[in-house]
Amino acid sequence: MSMFSIFGISGSAVSAQSQRLNVVASNLANVDAVAGPDGQAYKARQVVFQTVAYGNANDAGVRIDAVTENQTPGRRVHEPASPAADAEGYVTHSNVNPVEEMVNMISASRSYQNNIEVMNTAKSLLLKTLQLGQ
Amino acid sequence: MLDKLTNSLDFHSKALVLRADRQRLIASNIANADTPGYAARDMSFADAMRSATGGSASGSSPLAMRTSASTATGGAGHIALGAGSASGADGGDRGYVVQTQPTLDGNSVDLDRERAAFADNAVRYEATLRFINGQSKTMLAAIQGQ
Repeated sequence: MSMFSIFGISGSAVSAQSQRLNVVASNLANVDAVAGPDGQAYKARQVVFQTVAYGNANDAGVRIDAVTENQTPGRRVHEPASPAADAEGYVTHSNVNPVEEMVNMISASRSYQNNIEVMNTAKSLLLKTLQLGQ
Repeated sequence: MLDKLTNSLDFHSKALVLRADRQRLIASNIANADTPGYAARDMSFADAMRSATGGSASGSSPLAMRTSASTATGGAGHIALGAGSASGADGGDRGYVVQTQPTLDGNSVDLDRERAAFADNAVRYEATLRFINGQSKTMLAAIQGQ
C-alpha cells in the first residue's frame, strides 16, 4: 500500500525537527556560558536540513545534513573581578541570541506538530481503507 | 459481463491509488517545509486520472469510463485489466508548485496551502472509499437478490 511510506516521510521530518529542538535546547542552556580556560566560549549551533529520497525517488524525506557553529564573536563584557576574565579584564560570553533561539524553537515545534498531524490523518485513512467492504 | 459489473469499481480504485499518491506527495512537501532549496511538488489529479483510465475518459464520470472500456476490450469473455494501471501514475505527471512568496533559502513550500491541500485530499480519499464501499454493497445486494 503506497500510503504507508507517509509514515517514513513524516517520521524522518519529526526526527529532524526534534534534533533541531535539541540543538535549540543546548543553545538556550548555554546562553550565559562564559569562556572556559581555553578562551573559547560556547558557539551557537544550528542544524542544516537536507532532502533525502525515501523509497522511490518521488518521496522526499528529510535528514540532518550537518550541525554548523555560528562563528560570530561572542559578547565581551568588562568584568575584571571575574575569574574567567582575560588579561584586559574582559569576559567572553557565548554568542547565543536568545530571541533567535526562541523563534527557532517555535518554528521547530510547529513543524513537528504539522508532521504528527499528517501521520494521524494517514493512519485514519489507512484504517478506513482496511475496513473497506465490511 | 463481469467487466460491466466491476468497471466503475475499477474507476474508483484507480482514483483511490492516485489520491494516495497525491497524499504522499503533499506529505513530502510538509516534511520538507524547512529544508533549504526544496521545491514543492504537486500533481494535476485530472490529468493523472485521464492517463490512468486510458486517456479517453474525458470527465470523471464512470459512464464515460464504461463506454470507453467496452469499446477497448471488444470481445466477450475478455476482462479488461485496465489500460493504464496504477503504475502509469508514477510517471512524469508531477509538476512544481508556483511559489507565492519567494524565500531567501529557495524553499517553495507554502505550509498553509499544503495543509489545506492535505485535508482536501484526505476528504476526497475518504469519499472515494465510500463510493467503493457503497458500490460493492449494491453489487452484493444484487447478487444475493434478497
